[in-house]
Amino acid sequence: MSLVKDFNKGIWKENAVFKLLLGMCPTLAVTTSAENALGMGLATTFVLVCSNIAVALMRKIIPSGVRIPAFIIIIASFVTVVQLSMEAWVYDLYQALGIFIPLIVVNCLILGRAEAFASKNPVISSVADGLGMGLGFTLGLFILGAVRELFGSGAILGVSLFGAGYQPILLMILPPGAFITLGLLLALMNKFEAGKS
Amino acid sequence: MKEMSRLLITLTLIAACAGLILSMVESATREPIKEQRRLQMLKALSAVLPEFDNSPDTDVVTLQNGVNKKGKPVQLTFYRGRKAQQLIGTAFKVVAPDGYSGNIEVMVGIEPNDHLHGVEILSHAETPGLGARIIEPAFKNQFKGKSLDNADWRVKKDGGQFDQITGATISPRAIVKAVKKGLEFYRDHQTEITAGGTEQ
Repeated sequence: MSLVKDFNKGIWKENAVFKLLLGMCPTLAVTTSAENALGMGLATTFVLVCSNIAVALMRKIIPSGVRIPAFIIIIASFVTVVQLSMEAWVYDLYQALGIFIPLIVVNCLILGRAEAFASKNPVISSVADGLGMGLGFTLGLFILGAVRELFGSGAILGVSLFGAGYQPILLMILPPGAFITLGLLLALMNKFEAGKS
Repeated sequence: MKEMSRLLITLTLIAACAGLILSMVESATREPIKEQRRLQMLKALSAVLPEFDNSPDTDVVTLQNGVNKKGKPVQLTFYRGRKAQQLIGTAFKVVAPDGYSGNIEVMVGIEPNDHLHGVEILSHAETPGLGARIIEPAFKNQFKGKSLDNADWRVKKDGGQFDQITGATISPRAIVKAVKKGLEFYRDHQTEITAGGTEQ
């Protein structure tokens, strides 16, 4: 039961993008299209689950005085492993995401989960937490990416929706569009939540 | 003191383990990555050269093209495509340093008659939807058949004959400039570039 809870909280109640506002750098930078957002989200999820497993396994032997550097070494190692493997075996995906992968190291969501959850909980629940948080992050990125792509280039996942006559609002796929979209989405969500309670 | 050494030892061990794992992954992926890069290179070469039957990525001439800001020589590699031993085109990479965001790397293919066969954008970080449209065939195809003598190497906005992209003049301008510089370098060194090396 608690596994389900560990998993679920990341999807919505403690959603990294909309509730915790963690990992804003990739959130704002790569959500120019829904596809980029999905790729970044899934790569982050993978690293998050791996680092949660490693941190949970070693939580008893890492002294608290050096836990942050230890976590960072673990995370950076996994990111490098992911990057090298993708370049070697899924080159097309690597080409699409190449520049975003090193960014995962500086995603404070991963360090945040290692510190706040995996270092205090057993492996199984850390996996559930990593999966939930990662997929929640992916969902957040996807929504942001889809909205920006829809208005910024009139398409979602490259499928044109508005027809050729649509004049794209370029602002939406430029950096300011990221802030505007995120702000509006957060405002909408807060209004929705406030109305419910 | 005891606590201190415990911290030190644990962190060292973790770092050593990470280093070990990384070196293993690196050695396992080194060959596949090299192969992938070679394939990628060949793909770019076949996009800008006429059909060839040798491997242009090994039939190369390297020339020095000035020095960079640090005084180190800049190497320029020319890949030569051949069909039935005949030179059918030379390809090389030019870098446009003045794009809208970061360098734009362009592979340029020249036929023996000095006319461009094609250009291919290798890497760029231009704005999606604006400058990034330089990768579209509509932009790239206008270079085909152009040479230093038969074209005005400026974008239309500057009085030349290359189409800029609506809302994005900087990226096309940078590319046109870089390709032109590449062509000039090729013209000045043509004998060295096309000489020798008829073997596969």
